[in-house]
Amino acid sequence: MEMVLAIGIGIFAGSGVWLLLRPRTYQVIVGLALLSYAVNLFIFSMGRLRVDSPPILKPGSVGDAALIADPIPQALVLTAIVIGFAMTALFLVVLLAARGRTGTDHVDGRES
Amino acid sequence: MRSTLVDHLVILPILLPLAVGAAMLLFDERRRVLKATLSITTLLALLAIAVTLAVFANAVPETDISSIIVYPLGSWPPPFGIVLVSDRLSAMMLVLTAVLGCSAMTYALARWHKAGPRFHTLFLLLIAGLNGAFLTGDLFNLFVFFEVLLAASYGLVLHGSGTARVKAGLHYIPINLVASSLFLVGVSLIYGVTGTLNMADLARLIPALGDQSRTLVEAGAAVLGVAFLVKAGMWPLSFWLPTTYAAACAPVAAMFAIMTKVGVYVILRLALLCFGEDAGASADFGITWLYYGGMATLAFGGIGVLASQSMSRLAGYSVLASSGTLLAAIGTSNSAVISGALFYLASSTFALSAFFLLIELIERGRDAGADVLAVTMEVFGDAEDDAEEEEEEIGIAIPATTAILGGAFVACTVLLAGLPPLSGFIAKFAMLSALINEAGAIPFAHWAFVVLLVGTGLASLIAMTRTGIRSLWVPAEGTLPPVRAVELIPVGALLFLCVAMTAVGGPAMRYMEATAQVLHWPSEYASDVLGTSTTRSMRPATTP
Repeated sequence: MEMVLAIGIGIFAGSGVWLLLRPRTYQVIVGLALLSYAVNLFIFSMGRLRVDSPPILKPGSVGDAALIADPIPQALVLTAIVIGFAMTALFLVVLLAARGRTGTDHVDGRES
Repeated sequence: MRSTLVDHLVILPILLPLAVGAAMLLFDERRRVLKATLSITTLLALLAIAVTLAVFANAVPETDISSIIVYPLGSWPPPFGIVLVSDRLSAMMLVLTAVLGCSAMTYALARWHKAGPRFHTLFLLLIAGLNGAFLTGDLFNLFVFFEVLLAASYGLVLHGSGTARVKAGLHYIPINLVASSLFLVGVSLIYGVTGTLNMADLARLIPALGDQSRTLVEAGAAVLGVAFLVKAGMWPLSFWLPTTYAAACAPVAAMFAIMTKVGVYVILRLALLCFGEDAGASADFGITWLYYGGMATLAFGGIGVLASQSMSRLAGYSVLASSGTLLAAIGTSNSAVISGALFYLASSTFALSAFFLLIELIERGRDAGADVLAVTMEVFGDAEDDAEEEEEEIGIAIPATTAILGGAFVACTVLLAGLPPLSGFIAKFAMLSALINEAGAIPFAHWAFVVLLVGTGLASLIAMTRTGIRSLWVPAEGTLPPVRAVELIPVGALLFLCVAMTAVGGPAMRYMEATAQVLHWPSEYASDVLGTSTTRSMRPATTP
């Protein structure tokens, strides 16, 4: 399971970086989205991968750390997703403004 | 002991601008007087709070070495809950933010706040994010506040619209989004190994790590460091900075003068807290990188200053030179150099902020496209802006405008080049004398820093003089720029603060020395924040 996740994060991050370095604004924003997927999965994996272990204590019992998942990375990843989504939306607006102002979708605002 | 009321002051620098900024969204854009009054009142209140916190941080009770105020949010005990921490360094940064906020907002009230929607809300959110980043004692919380201030800054960079700003935003936003991704990778890596996000707890855990964990934590810290260095503008991560700062409108650029200092602040805090002398095998991790990177930035800033054709780019490269100086000074990890650097931080932030405000005033009177400044003038030469300017010229015209602007320009030059008699000189002198008066032989690397520091001062003196002659001494068009008194007051106030820092140089320097000294005792910080037993008796309570 760890290997599959690691390869997945690697593919996301690699494609993200490649797209980020492209000259078209649409490619840049897709690259940013892929990069943020990679980062979110990475944060999630930092709580260790466990199957069938919810991060919840049973009422009235003392929890066993070996049986429950770490809730903190899950909370962190939720925050990161929300912030990342908002930033992507904001950046999209800037892209549209740049497209309208410069008449090109090149990241420098002009074809070179 | 302190009253609990003062403890509650710690949350206000975040809560107050956030609440007022959000509330202002409810009012119509046309109610400008109301919005302006609310903003200025909030910023003045923040200044008062910040000064109070600084006074409390500096008041040393008999038993305490550092009077740190720790504010656990929701009363959760520190390693588990999120804490806000106000010590000398945080309080000083809060004061800087509030001063810059007050002056930039006053300046903006003359015309800039009408140039686009929701200026006041964005401005206050930026202040809330900055204050939060300076106060928080938790890594993930730091990320959230960074995002708050960045989101507000994206809006502010575009304030006033125009093609140049949109183009600058197109580079500024993605580079910061990528830096935020790196930030998250670093934070989660550190959490995955140590199981804590609290900075003080981290400082306590790092010396006891095993070899394998240590490598991972150091990798995480390095990734985190890159994210902060992008903000601080270390070469070669700084190419976005001069363009963005030149494109932003004057009050926004003046406020951005402290944005690079956020990166520097975090690096200063984390480098000395987590990787200071007490960190065992991780001691001084990455410090050499900071030192040489800082010097490279300083050199790049110096060359850039000489090469810039327009005043705004000159100011942008001066920002780089300033953060290069600070990073290299942190890289020495010498407490005397760092105390000089902190003095320099305050002085250069005021001077750069005043300079950004001044540039727009000087360039306003010039004809669009008349000379090499054409590129920059494009920003101000919009048809939209021209119409507004004519409308605004009814305000009080100052006679002898050029004399006042020229005087302010000379003061900025003296401050940025580090010439006597103003505070820039004291700051550079403190750093140089600490570098040269070290015990034993002075290493070659320190000589290089000394040479660079003096050389960059000379470079900015030459560049500023050249620009000053071109734009003030030789009046190109013979028209006086229409300047209103309300726009000169903030510039004057910022420069006056630099003069005041010179006049009370002794007490100011003692504050910086105490700050730098406490930064070198991470275990005290950790025990204060975590509320564990103190190890204070081990440390002599001597002054540096």
